[in-house]
Amino acid sequence: MPHQPVDLHEHLFRHEAGRMTASLTRLFGVQNLALVEDVVQDAFCRALEIWKLRGVPPNPSAWLMTTARNRALDVIRRERTARTFAPEVTRLLETEWTAAGVVAEAFSGDVVLAEQLRVMFSCCHPDLAEPAQIALILNILCGFGAPEIAAAFLTGRAAIEKRITRGKRVLAGSSTLFDLSNADFAARLSAVHRALYLLFNEGYHGASTQGAVRAELCEEAMRLTALLREHPVTRTPATFALSALMALHAARLPARIDAAGELQSLWEQDRSAWNHALITEGQELLDRSAAGDELTPYHVEAAIAAIHATAPTLEATDWNAIVTLYDRLMEIAPSAVVALNRAIAIAQRDGPDQGIEAIERIADRERLGAYPFFPAALGELERRRGNVGEARTYFGRALRLARSDAERRYIERRIPSAE
Amino acid sequence: MSDFIFLYRNSPAAREAAMGTPEQRQKNMQRWMAWMRDLEGKGHLKSAGQPLDRSGKLVRGGSKAVTDGPFVEAKDVIGGYSIIEARDLAQAAELAKGCPALDGAEGSVEVRPVLALEM
Repeated sequence: MPHQPVDLHEHLFRHEAGRMTASLTRLFGVQNLALVEDVVQDAFCRALEIWKLRGVPPNPSAWLMTTARNRALDVIRRERTARTFAPEVTRLLETEWTAAGVVAEAFSGDVVLAEQLRVMFSCCHPDLAEPAQIALILNILCGFGAPEIAAAFLTGRAAIEKRITRGKRVLAGSSTLFDLSNADFAARLSAVHRALYLLFNEGYHGASTQGAVRAELCEEAMRLTALLREHPVTRTPATFALSALMALHAARLPARIDAAGELQSLWEQDRSAWNHALITEGQELLDRSAAGDELTPYHVEAAIAAIHATAPTLEATDWNAIVTLYDRLMEIAPSAVVALNRAIAIAQRDGPDQGIEAIERIADRERLGAYPFFPAALGELERRRGNVGEARTYFGRALRLARSDAERRYIERRIPSAE
Repeated sequence: MSDFIFLYRNSPAAREAAMGTPEQRQKNMQRWMAWMRDLEGKGHLKSAGQPLDRSGKLVRGGSKAVTDGPFVEAKDVIGGYSIIEARDLAQAAELAKGCPALDGAEGSVEVRPVLALEM
């Protein structure tokens, strides 16, 4: 039979879309993103037409990249006089014998990686708000369409489309993609870390109720952070710390939603369902992040996650170490949410009275006004103190703030019955 | 058992638009793979056939004038064909119903019996 079924790697098309886009942008320039997208679409159309009858080729990624490369050459030949391509290569694209070499180079391994990073750095332009940076990264590098991003973030499709359009305008406003040797490199790398951290968090804590959607956001954040680890310039201690943090949290993902689809807190999770390979990987990444003298919030958060991930039980968790790490986090990246998590750890170590005291000392706790887990934490501690009435009041408040059915049910399960 | 040709047709516009994002394209691809595998498993797939490029020439009778493929004005274009073994035309048509080409309203599968030599 000529039809040889080969399974496609999950999300292969999305990831290849990002790789093809990066290489094509190197050639066509950021101002021609629409043309880049046309070529990518065309490569997918061809793949589909041929593969569905002839079967998937042994190396589908290479097949797609070759198809995109050939189409790029066609486009360059056809539009050489009508368009301006990327300024860095435009002269070389003018003649046939230099063009072929430049195009081949754009699709070679190291260059594909570097160009993906340049696109990532460009997406984190300081003129763009973080949600726009994230939408742009998902769209350009992860092949997410506006409807997919809208569904993941529970945002209107029109709003996401607007974000992406504006983002692409900002990109096109620069003459070239961000250069990794740019003087602003360190600041921009921080912005990239931050965007990937927020993307991961959206998957981990986000509003979407579909577990699969959320896991995909986490996977994309981890994949892009892994790209940063592959390149010598972006392989910094902070990159390792961020990767460690993601791996150690992702390891707990399988237990966060139980068999009935209910959200499970760390308190309730079935620890045997945690991904132990990811925990080991996270610890190794954390070890590698220890180089240098910069301590980022990612380092501290990863260290906290490592303690949780390696504790055999909730009771056997080293709460003293966790409180100390939260103290450190309050020094370098204070926020009301960090202070709340610190108070919860204090309650675990010293008891509910001390936990409530710590919550009362949170200076800017009005910032937690819309956060359902703030009254839920107070409710939980009051319940432990035996104050059922107060506990019910707090949980009632948490219930009104819940952002999804899953959160609502999670809170409902905790409300102690009235005496 | 008799042979049938499945001609997969789609409009050029639908080809561009129907599949949207890379993820949707991959899902579409996976449905094709599953469908083909199913036909093969049940012994219906005589040949997966060949995909056809959209470009082409049309040579007309009489003047033998050669023009670029008729595809611009055509409502739909044959994107490829397969050869299917089925009991009769009714069963072949039933098998065609599972084809992912029918996911879009503009896609169609033309099912044509291959005429056999013997009576």
